Amino acid sequence: MKMMKRQKIILTSVLIAVGINSLYAGPNQDSPHLGHTISPEEIKKWDISVFPDGEGLPDGKGNVVEGEKLYQEKCIACHGENGLGASSDQLAGAQMGLSSEYPEQTIGSYWPYATTIFDVVRRSMPMTAPGSLTNNETYALTAYLLYLNNIISKDDVMNASTLAKVKMPNEDGFINVYEEEKSKK
Amino acid sequence: MSQDRDDDLLLKKNQVAGNGLLDRRLFLKKGLQFSAISTLVSTATLASATAETKKEFDPANPTWMKQPGKAFSPYGLPSEFEDDVLRYPSPNEVVTGNGVSWTPLHKMEGTITPNGLHYERHHNGVPQIDPKQHRLLIHGLVKNDLIFSIDDLLRYPMQSKTCFIECGGNSNAGWNSQPHQAEAGYFNGMVSCCEWTGVPLSVLLNEVGLRKNAKWIIAEGADAFAMQMSIPIEKAMDDAFLALYQNGERIRPENGYPLRLIVPGWEGVLNVKWLRRLKVTNRPVMARNETSKYTELQPSGKSRMFTFPMEAKSLITSPSAHMLLKEKGLYQITGLAWSGRGKISKVDVSADGGKTWAEAELQQPVLDRSLTRFRLPWQWNGKQSVIMSRATDETGYVQPDRNKLIKERGKHGFFHYNAITRWQIDTDGFVSHIYENDETTKNNSDISIDSGWD
Ligand code: HEC
Repeated sequence: MKMMKRQKIILTSVLIAVGINSLYAGPNQDSPHLGHTISPEEIKKWDISVFPDGEGLPDGKGNVVEGEKLYQEKCIACHGENGLGASSDQLAGAQMGLSSEYPEQTIGSYWPYATTIFDVVRRSMPMTAPGSLTNNETYALTAYLLYLNNIISKDDVMNASTLAKVKMPNEDGFINVYEEEKSKK
Repeated sequence: MSQDRDDDLLLKKNQVAGNGLLDRRLFLKKGLQFSAISTLVSTATLASATAETKKEFDPANPTWMKQPGKAFSPYGLPSEFEDDVLRYPSPNEVVTGNGVSWTPLHKMEGTITPNGLHYERHHNGVPQIDPKQHRLLIHGLVKNDLIFSIDDLLRYPMQSKTCFIECGGNSNAGWNSQPHQAEAGYFNGMVSCCEWTGVPLSVLLNEVGLRKNAKWIIAEGADAFAMQMSIPIEKAMDDAFLALYQNGERIRPENGYPLRLIVPGWEGVLNVKWLRRLKVTNRPVMARNETSKYTELQPSGKSRMFTFPMEAKSLITSPSAHMLLKEKGLYQITGLAWSGRGKISKVDVSADGGKTWAEAELQQPVLDRSLTRFRLPWQWNGKQSVIMSRATDETGYVQPDRNKLIKERGKHGFFHYNAITRWQIDTDGFVSHIYENDETTKNNSDISIDSGWD
């Protein structure tokens, strides 16, 4: 008796589910189309990706002096004095070239794009409080790291337009293996 | 004496390559006496355990048949006697959520990695994500930006695929000038293989509607590193999928709960965990993990970038480093092979340092971009021997020797190390890691070696 009742309930809920499904089916019958629309303003809060040409860089600015102060406060513990490395990556001060016996891969010697510094520092650093830096602070830290690597001078200011124009020494040091393989096919 | 004569006969009848490699069909024959291999630790425990319990314990009448067993358990755990089958964590000294943990391949059999033993690589810890609060946003060069809840995604038709995930930095101790002395899994175990189940990415990309100039997608995780990676749109539309399940249960937190992007055969870092955002673009973002790291510096000073598929590789997991062959006799050589470009077509094994080779038996079915188990019987004569395996995949690619790899790529590429691994068995049965043309560099376990993992 009890059993039959339960079966009946299951059957009705299956029917309801089928009904809902066909109701929601969009233009493509095979695809459930359950996504929700989202406004451009809302997307802005999510989208923190910064591209080499500067797309994604926010308003704001920062300079080397401000950056150095922030670095001593928030970064030096893990990345060492002058970015020479400690418990974490060396960020500056490469002596040995990339084709030498003991190559040193730092921002200055290795990174192809300066915008990547802004992107990774804003989203990930400091490791103890990721996402806590303001845009101005991030510009300042980016400026300081570029200065430590002898790429900009002490009084350069970094903002959306100046940062996108910074040319990195190793920009042409990469072979795009994926594109290369694709063109061979 | 007669055992020796039997051994000779076995060898004469079945040898297929130098130094005692035997016909792989031998496993099917009954009545063969295989010898035991053990890790050094468990040999010691075994010896003391038998000495202690010998007096009163009678296997014909085990105590566990004389009393009721334990009750049911809502979630099963391994036997307490298997408490040494563990991942080996290797975290950053300050940021303890940054680093890796290695899968103990040398203590496992078959091809599937249990969820609790899947390798880990985190940049800033394992986020504790409430699936009710988690969202996936798809936006950029699409006709409709859309946002999905996990409950939404759970209602989509799903597919399963068994495939390996391997970190681009797996086995990178191989670049060191001295052979790293650790258990096989603890420097090659940043590879694991699970059945992943979820929603094909192409289904969702079709729903948002790709614009004509859509060439890449940027996938971002909801961890404290907000890890992002660029992936070509061809791969995204081909076989990438959004996994919700791992080996039949919801994905473990350390493997991306509640949602992980699976990009079969490609570098582990692209299989973005805790997936929260897919931005469709016309170019890669040039993220830190596709420029500063996961690129390979070559001797020319130029670096290889976007080296996505993991090339064919194999490794003997038993006997392997730190194990002990207690006596000469018949052993099973077994290991794993895999290729990010498809199926493994064959695995050759050598027991004489690469002079002669024999084809190993592959466990069926051999699956596309999955760990493939190989096995071959071996008659060890008690002499110093070097065993090794070499994988070939269905594209015809052959796993290189270390010398060849280094000649082509130099020593500073850090990622994509897939050379042949050589294990040397000493006359006392102890197994260690050696390099080719170099049988003198072992016994250096005291040397501190950079087995980093970026
Ligand atoms: C508590 C330690 C810690 C602090 C504090 C910290 N970092 Fe880091 N940082 C790390 C670790 C660890 C990594 C490597 C992450 C990885 O490889 O997964 C890293 C990576 C980086 C990188 C990328 C380096 C490379 O070579 O790819 C940059 C740039 C960076 N940090 C900048 C900063 C800045 C700027 C600050 C201060 C605002 C900062 N970090 C504070 C630990 C820290």
